[in-house]
Amino acid sequence: MTNSISTDICIIGAGPVGLFAVFEAGLLKLRCHVVDALPQVGGQLSEIYPKKPIYDIPGFPEILAGDLVQNLMRQIEPFHPTFTLGERVEEFRKLDDGSFELVTTDGTRIACKAVAIAGGLGSFEPRKPAIEDLTNFENGKGVHYMVRDPETFRDQRLVIAGGGDSALDWTIFLANVAKEVTLVHRGTTFRGAADSAEKVQKLHEAGKVNLVLSSNVTHVHGNGRLNSVTITANGGEAQQVEVDSFIPLFGLTPKLGPIGEWGLGIDDNAVEVNTVDYSTSVPGIYAIGDINTYPGKLKLILCGFHEAALMCQGAFKYIYPDKKYTLKYTTVNGVPTL
Amino acid sequence: MTDEVRVYVEESPGHRHEIVGPTDMGLSLMELMKADGYDIQATCGGMALCGTCHVEVLAGPELPEPSDDELAMLESLPVMTQGSRLSCQIRLNPRIDGLVVRLMPQEA
Repeated sequence: MTNSISTDICIIGAGPVGLFAVFEAGLLKLRCHVVDALPQVGGQLSEIYPKKPIYDIPGFPEILAGDLVQNLMRQIEPFHPTFTLGERVEEFRKLDDGSFELVTTDGTRIACKAVAIAGGLGSFEPRKPAIEDLTNFENGKGVHYMVRDPETFRDQRLVIAGGGDSALDWTIFLANVAKEVTLVHRGTTFRGAADSAEKVQKLHEAGKVNLVLSSNVTHVHGNGRLNSVTITANGGEAQQVEVDSFIPLFGLTPKLGPIGEWGLGIDDNAVEVNTVDYSTSVPGIYAIGDINTYPGKLKLILCGFHEAALMCQGAFKYIYPDKKYTLKYTTVNGVPTL
Repeated sequence: MTDEVRVYVEESPGHRHEIVGPTDMGLSLMELMKADGYDIQATCGGMALCGTCHVEVLAGPELPEPSDDELAMLESLPVMTQGSRLSCQIRLNPRIDGLVVRLMPQEA
């Protein structure tokens, strides 16, 4: 079943700049749909540093990144934005009437009148360990780089690799879902969340999790489908373990991804824009925030907010070339509505 | 000269690229290499939170011990060696003069 959405502006990227663009668009009575590859809003602020204070947001001497995201969500609420999270925009098509159709990894179709790319440094993709033939077992053949639905692993024999928080958290969660869970970690200690490390240790002592430390998964085996992995200790001795699924969890790293193939002017992994309205080389597609580049570009959230405001003026003119717009202060009409 | 420091990036075995950097601007090794044109994402900007500035120290003076945050990040990466460091956590100061590093691949 494919999902179809129709909106005025499709914003790619739910980071702070993408979210604020919803507000600026809303002031112009433009509806927005926001797509992000991550399962939550906030982009880097939520994924990488939610607990870090930011000191250069005007009006906030200090604000935690996670709180800024929450505030932005509250600020845009009156405009009822819709979201597609956990999906990446793959393709775009420009139609004869100047509007666009976007398609995500999961086949969601978004019809929109303008596109605003607010993709930061790109979409967050899992880091893959250097194991020969690993990619042969992707796409349902036994290797998973993230846990989207834990039920996929019900009653399976699993090997999880990694030493960070997500490896620990999923080991704990899947211990009660899978038939057998083995956590393989290169080091001897876990430096992430202390309580998660303790829980894994307890599960290990209770015989619910196999813990293999000072080791790496070095080989994957199977004929078309994964059936075993080789775990090699730092000392050199290796053991082959039968598995149904192997889940390497080594964090996420941003990649520009398909946007780089859309035919937009690109300079050093960033989208070139005209600073009048942050339009790209394709009329109707705009780029704001860390993903764009122009002379004097500063990768700051506050600059992205400014870019969002100007972008929406450009998008309004693109969508309604004959309509006149007069700037109104938000103080004039009270609580904003769509 | 005490306000300059020389570090070397090993681009392939035996081939080292010298970078001279100022020690009075509060820069990190990540920022110096990035300014020199190396392709480093540095997504988090230098908070030891993204692991995209991972280097391996090959030779040179002894560095201050990594912090717990840095070690936690390094441990969560797919590859880590004895010399692994996050270059954003290495401050440019006269004591690191002569440091030789190699950029670690982000993935296979």
